Amino acid sequence: MAKIFGAVEINRNRCKGCDLCVEACPCDVLALHKREVNERGYLFAHVVNPDACIGCGACAAVCPDSCIEVYRFVESLPRAEFKNNIVKEAKIA
Amino acid sequence: MKREDIIKPENKVAGKPRLLNDKDMHYCPGCSHGVVHRLVAEVLEEMELEDDCIGVAPVGCAVFAYSYIDVDWIEAAHGRAPAVATAVKRLHPEKMVFTYQGDGDLAAIGTAETIHAANRGENITIIFINNGIYGMTGGQMAPTTLEGMKTATTPYGRNIELNGYPLNISDLMTRLDGTCYVTRQSVDTAAAVRKTKAALKKAFKNSMECKGTSVVEILSTCNSGWKMSPVAANKWMQENMTQKYALGDLKKND
Amino acid sequence: MSNDKPEVMLMKGNEAIAHAAIRYGCDGYFGYPITPQSEILETLEALMPWETTGMVVLQAESEVASINMVYGGASTGKAVFTSSSSPGISLMQEGISYIAAGELPALIVNVMRGGPGLGTIHPSQADYFQATKGGGHGDYHLIVLAPKSVQEMADFVALGFDLAFKYRTPAMILADGIVGQMMEKVVLPPQRPRRTNEQIMKECPWAATGDAIKRGHPNVLTTLELDSAQMEKNNERFQATYRKIEENEVRFEEYLTDDAEWLVVAFGSIARICQTAIDEGRKQGLKIGLIRPITLWPFPYEEISRLSKKTRGILVVELNAGQMIEDVRLAVEGRVPVKHFGRMGGIVPDPGEVLKAIREKLIDEQE
Repeated sequence: MAKIFGAVEINRNRCKGCDLCVEACPCDVLALHKREVNERGYLFAHVVNPDACIGCGACAAVCPDSCIEVYRFVESLPRAEFKNNIVKEAKIA
Repeated sequence: MKREDIIKPENKVAGKPRLLNDKDMHYCPGCSHGVVHRLVAEVLEEMELEDDCIGVAPVGCAVFAYSYIDVDWIEAAHGRAPAVATAVKRLHPEKMVFTYQGDGDLAAIGTAETIHAANRGENITIIFINNGIYGMTGGQMAPTTLEGMKTATTPYGRNIELNGYPLNISDLMTRLDGTCYVTRQSVDTAAAVRKTKAALKKAFKNSMECKGTSVVEILSTCNSGWKMSPVAANKWMQENMTQKYALGDLKKND
Repeated sequence: MSNDKPEVMLMKGNEAIAHAAIRYGCDGYFGYPITPQSEILETLEALMPWETTGMVVLQAESEVASINMVYGGASTGKAVFTSSSSPGISLMQEGISYIAAGELPALIVNVMRGGPGLGTIHPSQADYFQATKGGGHGDYHLIVLAPKSVQEMADFVALGFDLAFKYRTPAMILADGIVGQMMEKVVLPPQRPRRTNEQIMKECPWAATGDAIKRGHPNVLTTLELDSAQMEKNNERFQATYRKIEENEVRFEEYLTDDAEWLVVAFGSIARICQTAIDEGRKQGLKIGLIRPITLWPFPYEEISRLSKKTRGILVVELNAGQMIEDVRLAVEGRVPVKHFGRMGGIVPDPGEVLKAIREKLIDEQE
């Protein structure tokens, strides 16, 4: 019985705004900035929906510039809450 | 749960490997090279090969691979990486020796060196980035360019009558007695990235155990050369490249 | 076998190269068969040094592969070499340029045959320009050693490697087909041990030996530099090395030059034919001397300049249409006539022909 918490940290100045992480994220956690650019002039990825992150690492896996760090914490839970979590993960798969 | 409580070293599951240094990579946004570089660094790190490894870089977009992964490197002339690696491995049989080559380097100008190194069963790993185009020189036709595919030198699409057929060189290499492992992977999705990492691990292990030549082809995108967004390039690769170049293990000697 | 009495052996120049390389403690040979030098690879394969010294010997798929194997081996600090003959050496030029630009020590043997094109398998000295002026692209030089005998074929292996490692630059033994194919007596050097990997790490701290942690930092061997200012600095460093080599490594041999009125300049085995011609000329009362450049690069400009001041004319004898003569003329600076006598297509002149040329082209012109 467990609940999964995820978080990502993005090195915004290393990001080139390729959008691949946004596409890869199963939980719509990430988006490219619409107007703000980093010091190299790229629209960069940032977290728009932090609570949805499950720390699956898909964003970091496809990131060509290794600018994403992913953290994942698994909390033991009573049975009922665990079920909800399974449903959430099943959607992703 | 609070963000600060999640972001702790013990909870880290993904990030930049230590062997990949902090230099900004020169690759275009969305280029597959960056992903493969990270995987090479991760695998070398996890297999503890940092002090037992010599990489051979190609001529092509990955010419600066040596700038980003902090191990010993030799930058070879265009197409000659397998010849360079042959000598390095024979003179240092205890080291893990790999080449990192694009399709022009490996399958056009360097075909002879590639085929003969593999046919001799040199105990090296050949990492083959196949994006069907010459990236560095500005998007010209590669030996692996698909039929009908537009490039700077096939502006109306690759015409078989004029330009010949796309070369499936990994399939060719499965037929050589010297190869022990030939696989074709991609890095377009998280699942594909995981598979590619496992393939690299297997190949590097083969090389350390001197089992013969391992070839890890990685179907890649060159969104600049293909003139697409990175996301569209991934989709195009999935729909077109995999038709000619089927994914999966092509040869496994165990 | 006692140490003070060296063993004299009879063998071809090509075979002597192979024996000498093993005895030098060479780490690897990579080559592709081509006449008239295939005995180097054949002898190495027959001697099986991998079972004794551990030396690697590999028949590559081409000269292009061979030279790039040498580039790879040299990049890891190993003493490696290749050999070929003229058309094969042409194929290697890109790799040789990389080795020079990578500041790598390596040895290349060219047993010259006649060209251009596929030409002939017979002896020639027509690759002088290619060897001494660079050969491949970019501003670089090879140290070029021209052996005249089977003994020098053997001796120049060690000399070539030593110079290559001393200056971190490729060296070439520029032999002609005659000295490659003829059999002579030779005293081979004693067997030296191959350097250990620890020694290489110490002596070649630049080498990509695959010990990034032990060394404390990764080593990268590359010839690419897109920063123009840095690339110019790299070139200036190469040139500084070449100036040092020019200062310290000029080698030549003189024969009867003390009282010579007429001077012959010749290199390689042709110098010996000239020597016989000079002996005959002396018997006829002609004061002829010989200078034989041993290093074709660096070229003995100063010595030839000095000699030109006390001679009446110079004949350059070569198996080509006139190549080294350009360097001789640079040295002489127009002080005395410099003439050329050459044969091509694999024809080797005899001493009588050379003496006739000395008379007709030098002496008769002025007397």
